[in-house]
Amino acid sequence: MEWLNYLVRYSDQFWSGTVLTLKLVGVGLAAGFALGLVAALLRVYGGKALHWIAIGYIELFRGTPLLVQLFLVYFGLPDMGITLDRMTAAYITLALNSGAYQAEYLRGAIQSIGSGQMMAARAIGMTRLQAIRHIILPQALRMVIPAWSNEPISLIKASAVAYLIAVPDLMNQAKIIAGRLYDPIGVYFAVALIYLVIVFILTWLLGLLERKTAIPGMEMEAQRTH
Amino acid sequence: MSEYIPFILGGIGITIGVTLIALPMGFVVGLLLALVRIYGPPWAKAIVGVYSTVMRGIPPIVLLFLLYFLMSGAINLSPFMAGSLALGIISSAYQLEILRGAFLSVSSGQMMAARAMGMTYIQAIRHILLPQALRLAIPPWSNEVANLIKDSSLVYALGVPEILRRSQNVSAATNQFFVAFIFAALVYFILVFVSNRVLDWVEQKTRIPAF
Amino acid sequence: MDNPILNIVEVAKIYAGNEVLKSISLQVKEGDTVVLIGPSGTGKSTLLRCINLLTRIDRGHIYLDGNEITAPGVNENHVRQNIGMVFQDFLLFNHLNALDNVMTAPIRVKKMSAKEAREKAMYELERVGLKDKAGNYPGQLSGGQKQRVAIARALAMDPRIMLFDEPTSALDPELIGEVLEVMRKLALEGMTMVCVTHEMGFARQVATNIVFMEKGLIVEQGSPDKMFNHPEYPRTREFLWKITELYGNEKEAGKGA
Repeated sequence: MEWLNYLVRYSDQFWSGTVLTLKLVGVGLAAGFALGLVAALLRVYGGKALHWIAIGYIELFRGTPLLVQLFLVYFGLPDMGITLDRMTAAYITLALNSGAYQAEYLRGAIQSIGSGQMMAARAIGMTRLQAIRHIILPQALRMVIPAWSNEPISLIKASAVAYLIAVPDLMNQAKIIAGRLYDPIGVYFAVALIYLVIVFILTWLLGLLERKTAIPGMEMEAQRTH
Repeated sequence: MSEYIPFILGGIGITIGVTLIALPMGFVVGLLLALVRIYGPPWAKAIVGVYSTVMRGIPPIVLLFLLYFLMSGAINLSPFMAGSLALGIISSAYQLEILRGAFLSVSSGQMMAARAMGMTYIQAIRHILLPQALRLAIPPWSNEVANLIKDSSLVYALGVPEILRRSQNVSAATNQFFVAFIFAALVYFILVFVSNRVLDWVEQKTRIPAF
Repeated sequence: MDNPILNIVEVAKIYAGNEVLKSISLQVKEGDTVVLIGPSGTGKSTLLRCINLLTRIDRGHIYLDGNEITAPGVNENHVRQNIGMVFQDFLLFNHLNALDNVMTAPIRVKKMSAKEAREKAMYELERVGLKDKAGNYPGQLSGGQKQRVAIARALAMDPRIMLFDEPTSALDPELIGEVLEVMRKLALEGMTMVCVTHEMGFARQVATNIVFMEKGLIVEQGSPDKMFNHPEYPRTREFLWKITELYGNEKEAGKGA
């Protein structure tokens, strides 16, 4: 039961690691949402070129491991003249990665609203843009929430790989402390528990959100479950 | 740079190896646990429920290290083996949920009709429910396969010489980081792409006519 | 009545505090066609599921061919091999074609050889008039065809009695006739049948015994002539009158595709 000890003794480090993990997830989620929304809209409503660019982005970032993307951005971009510090690299990679998954959730929601809604909106004189903004999106954004609420959880778990570019998140703290103590099992167990608690709290919050915004009878399947 | 390509491609063997160990392991364990979760006694259902929640609520990389150290304590395992087994355990939780969902999608009337003809629960599950559930499971399952291929990159952290690790070695030797990692991304992309297409084909081939 | 093939004695069933069956006693002779009628929710379907032990009874006893099938230690799966059931929703096995649907229980449960089972299955499919649909999957069949395959599937096990749980309630009107025709033929061939149905034309023409159930009890039972023309209880008269109005007293079993 050493892990209990560790939680207390290293609470400062674990706390700072947790805060950083939450920052990573927060930025990744928010920026990813913006990216994902644009990509989804381009994919559904864009002309040939934009449509394919959106698909390209989505397929590339969903079809490759986050770790590889991270290394590409942090170690690879300097070759192209773009040098980022590790935090920025982590933020950007998580945003790009999450954006691709969020784009798929949003696309599903937008498409399930159906072309009938768009048709009705155009019929009363709205432009496509107006229809998207006032008719499609308000519905789609509400509908997507159940499926979308997988994403924050996924991000929490995915963010842990950031330690490999020395980002001082929770996992990194675990590595450091485990290295010091020669009791890796105890330390990783403690950290696993912390992650579990974070996920529980998040799941509970998301459940509240879902209940408050649910449209009865309309559900969609989640894409990424990891 | 190009003379290093075969070296990087050698990592494909490792990635496929990890996947081929973790995936079937996850399937067998996941299927058993799914059946327990649906048909087992309440205490067993609860245990499986906890297992599922815990294995899916912790970052795979944390679990990877935890399980690696736990297993190393008991037996002498190579990082490759330990990583593969750990990923298998993690995958079993996701596959358990997928199979459970698929089973529940098969209408309960099918079980009733099977039993009405004198089949035992086991016969009914084996001959009537499982064939239908497995077909329903293919789409979410192919998502899991793709995830597993991508997660296999995590064994990098255990020092296993898979694709990413090799690309990194090459990039250090050639000082060409971007190219090396783009190549790694490309290889993974192709693996995932092929896996998805193959499973799409399987779904087509096993589709129940007019269902 | 000596040696009824099916003897139901004071059977009761409680679901969530609700007495769905209060005390049901019923005897069925070999070759009888018993039709259970009554308002929805009076336990008719529950009774059928108690007979083939899909539902465990809370009180009473059920005897098949003189043996108590509700006794502790009885192998229920064995019992069910001797009782055929046809469901309102057909419940054909979706992943198997018609022939396989009919063959699967003889092979898996009775351990018949594939050759024997196939012959038996084709025989039963022919009996219900669907020999040419043997290779079709449920998704490719009409409702009436699906139900007939379901009947063939139950018959393939050579049951002692056949239970029909509202077999035509889920069918389009014009498809009802083909199913009732198969049931009528079965009855004429001497199969012992217990049917829950609203098809009064069928009941009138084919039933040997009509049983009116309400609120978990048998109100009255008797021959079609008695039940339709001079029932003892006003409630019986009232119910039969209403339902005959609804389904047409000129409606005959056996008409249709």
